[in-house]
Order: sequence, then structure tokens, then C-alpha cells
Amino acid sequence: MKIENQISLEFPSRSANEGFARTAAACFAAQLDPTLEEVNDVKTAVSEAVTNAIVHAYPDTLGKIVMKLRIRDDHSLEIVVRDWGIGIADVDQARAPLFTTGNEERSGMGFTIMESFMDVLKVRSAPGKGTTVTMRRKIARRAGR
Amino acid sequence: MPVICTEENRRLTAAVTGELDHHRAKEVMEALDREIDIALPKELTVDFSGLTFTDSSGIAVLLRAWRRMGQVRGVMRVVNTPSQADKVFRAAGLQRMIHFE
Repeated sequence: MKIENQISLEFPSRSANEGFARTAAACFAAQLDPTLEEVNDVKTAVSEAVTNAIVHAYPDTLGKIVMKLRIRDDHSLEIVVRDWGIGIADVDQARAPLFTTGNEERSGMGFTIMESFMDVLKVRSAPGKGTTVTMRRKIARRAGR
Repeated sequence: MPVICTEENRRLTAAVTGELDHHRAKEVMEALDREIDIALPKELTVDFSGLTFTDSSGIAVLLRAWRRMGQVRGVMRVVNTPSQADKVFRAAGLQRMIHFE
């Protein structure tokens, strides 16, 4: 699969950057001429992935988060959110609905939302090394373009 | 002001506006807790007409308010949910527990 365009953003795990990350993703995705619903799906999934990195990867420190966005030649958007935080020992458990290690501000539905809003969700993680979340979403080609 | 509340005859309306993510969830939860504690409402209406975005943080906010209303033996409903937020709440199955209008 050929990559037609890509960007990489690096930012510290401050919660103020959640809004920045999802807005940046929405702006980049605009090249695919998405519908409002498609843009909102991308924003929601990015918000979940970045929030996970901020809350869970670096619970007591500020750490580095890198978000890569790629436009692929099948008219899809690939989003990769990577951290170098504490990692996840059991990825299947973390992906289960309602499971959370966070406090009551977290619902445990982050991965469920990412799964239902994206076409592909892959999570690679190793304790002590960090986590990489890769998501892909096809953007429908609209008539007349 | 994270939440704008009005109360009449122990009916509390809470308007949550702007973007509701993890960055803002705590202050919204605390504001709702405080208003429920003061008003002890028999009905809470959460008005999302001014909500421009939410993620799963909005689920946690609603579940907490719903539990709190159960403790004070009141009911809760959510009105004017925008389509983006509605999709998030549906993905979580929230409509099975909370009354949306």
C-alpha cells in the first residue's frame, strides 16, 4: 500500500494536548474530503488513543507521545499513536469493555469506541517499553470528484 | 463555568457546553456533584445542546451523575444530544441505562 502523504507530531503527555491532537488529525484528514460524520469518527478515535497515552502510559510523569497520520492510496487514513510509557501487560484485558485501571473519570470504553469508529485497530505493547496503537479508517469517495 | 445549572421545584437542569474530554471531565463531574448535593433534585435534566464534542469521558460523566441521582432517589434524562455524542453513547450501550430524549 502506497502512502500518499504523512505527518508526524510529537507532544508531551499533557491533557491540554488531547484537543490539539484530535483537531490536528481532523485538519489532516480534510485532504480526503470526508463527511462531517467521518471527521467526527476520526476525532473521537484519536481522542481516545491520545487520552489513553496521557492517562495510562505516563501516570505520574510527563512523557513523549508521537502521533503519525498517513493518507494511503486506498483512500484511507492511518493513525499511529505511540508512547514510551509503562506499557500494557494484558492487551486483551485492556481492550475488553468497561475494563479500566484509571479512576472514576475513566469509563473503560476507550478501546471499544476506537474499535467501533475505526475499520482496523491494532495494539502492540510491552510492559516498561510502551504502547503503539494503529488505527485505519477508509474514507468513502464521493460522487462528482 | 463548566456547567450552567438552573433549578426550579427540585428540577435541576444542567447545560454542559463545549468539548467534553478527559481534560475537562473532572471539573464537569465535580460541578454536577456539587449542584446535585445542593439541590437534591427529584429530576436532573442534562442538556447537551451546546456540546460540540465528547469521547468516552462523556460516558463516565453521565454514569457518575446517574449513580448520584440514584443515591438521592431522583431520575435523570439527557436532552438535545448532538449526533457525534449520540454515536459515542450508543457504542457504549448507555441508552440501556439512561433515558435519552
